[in-house]
Amino acid sequence: MKDIISKRVKDLQPSGIREFFDLVMGMRDVISLGVGESDFATPWNIRETGIFALERGYTTYTSNKGLYKLRLQIARFLKARHGLEYDPDCEILITVGVSEGLDLAMRALINPGEKVVVPQPSYVSYDAVVSLCGGKPTYVYTTEKDGFKLTPQALNSAIDKNTKAVILNYPSNPTGISYTKKELEALKRVILKHNIICITDEIYDELTFDYTHTSFASLGSVKNKTLYLNGFSKNYAMTGWRVGYACGPKDIISAMTKIHQYTILCVPTISQFAAAEALSSGRRSVEAMKREYKRRREFILSGLNRLGLKCVKPSGAFYVFPSIKNTQMSSLEFAKRLLKQQKVAVVPGDAFGKNGEGFIRISYACEMDKLKEALNRIEEFLRKK
Amino acid sequence: MDEILEVLEKDGRLRPEEIAKIIKKDLKAVKSAIKKYEKQGIILKYKAVINKELARDGENAVRALIEVNLLPEKDLGFDHIAERIYRFPEVTSCYLISGSYDLLLVIEGKNIHTVSSFVAEKLAPMENVRGTSTHFMLKKYKEDGVVLKHKDENKRIAISY
Repeated sequence: MKDIISKRVKDLQPSGIREFFDLVMGMRDVISLGVGESDFATPWNIRETGIFALERGYTTYTSNKGLYKLRLQIARFLKARHGLEYDPDCEILITVGVSEGLDLAMRALINPGEKVVVPQPSYVSYDAVVSLCGGKPTYVYTTEKDGFKLTPQALNSAIDKNTKAVILNYPSNPTGISYTKKELEALKRVILKHNIICITDEIYDELTFDYTHTSFASLGSVKNKTLYLNGFSKNYAMTGWRVGYACGPKDIISAMTKIHQYTILCVPTISQFAAAEALSSGRRSVEAMKREYKRRREFILSGLNRLGLKCVKPSGAFYVFPSIKNTQMSSLEFAKRLLKQQKVAVVPGDAFGKNGEGFIRISYACEMDKLKEALNRIEEFLRKK
Repeated sequence: MDEILEVLEKDGRLRPEEIAKIIKKDLKAVKSAIKKYEKQGIILKYKAVINKELARDGENAVRALIEVNLLPEKDLGFDHIAERIYRFPEVTSCYLISGSYDLLLVIEGKNIHTVSSFVAEKLAPMENVRGTSTHFMLKKYKEDGVVLKHKDENKRIAISY
């Protein structure tokens, strides 16, 4: 019976910090700075639309691609916001969050043995989905010195003849860094030179504080090489609704739709109605949440600075990724001891790749009062350590 | 609205130092802006929002909305008579409104008798008051943007990627 589980899944490394997560879950009265989702509930008008859809009896499947109304709204939104043109009939697919979009992309694009460039530290599922379809992640370890950004040189030297794609996530989880238009242009040239696909996860795009977010696909000539993934989870505080979308060249979207129709069928219908409402009236709430995140960022940055924990200034999302190297502790040890001694939870940086060691991820999707208290507790922790 | 006002409206206890930090402005500029707002009467007061239903001290436990029809006065319009009315401590809010009546008052009293005697003895007999209509409040759900109940407990899982 020992071979009951497939080799591919067995080979997949379980997250090294599962045990730490269990420890957090088992404790009471913890202030958690370890949460990867908004602390706001979904804005009421969006929730109300979901309830209304349920009341009206919209409890059936939608088309595999998703509600046409929603796809059309996404197309209009992307045109207005980023100048991007996608045909709602064949270039947009509604997915169960970016997570599904990413999985579909890998299965649609990658043959066993083909490589995908994954800059690290990065969100935990990128390398897993590559491995699950038999692909091989090529890690590029970005450095604090480069502001945790993928440089064109590093990308160029990571690509070989077996490389099929690169995954770009900005603003980034876990570092909060993002790319300026100029930096994206430089990456674009490398991508075009090697003729690979760029999969962009821009789930935090509305939460960019210091400059306007540039969508990778909007850089002209690279649009037919870009698979653009986005969703409603982070920008509209809709994580639990599970709605995202993939936009890209017709042949890729149609291949992804084929897998989607066999495995998911369609995204929950009431969630799709709620997402449509988010696009038509969620603007004001997004702006208000964004202003609040920005204030919290300033607060946490000045706090970390006071505590002597250096970090690259994040320009988006709701994360900071400070270095804890001067404490002489490993990331996991730091997180465990902080939890036990002061009941503050953070995520050890090595969860996001091996060069995340020596860092912790702090999420400031947490009320200001709690952030204040958490910083006081971290200060106490560092004083006593 | 200026961001200083936005953050203060949410939390009146924020110190100028904290405000300067979170909105990334110079401390001096924040202090002088607040002083200016106070002087101009844009910021009138700093106070706690209290859920009196829970405080239950029997003080001012009864509230009523009162619609008042007025006779405007020559040259003075409604302002003078409105002032005579809102000066009563029982009146916690007073609005001049359009529609079928003129003033909307919010009255607080110890019990139903204090409210009704205020209406019968003070308000209704006033010369320019043509008529009143009293609505006793049964429950407050939300006031000035604040929902009057304990926050729902956190539904997020404590840690996630």
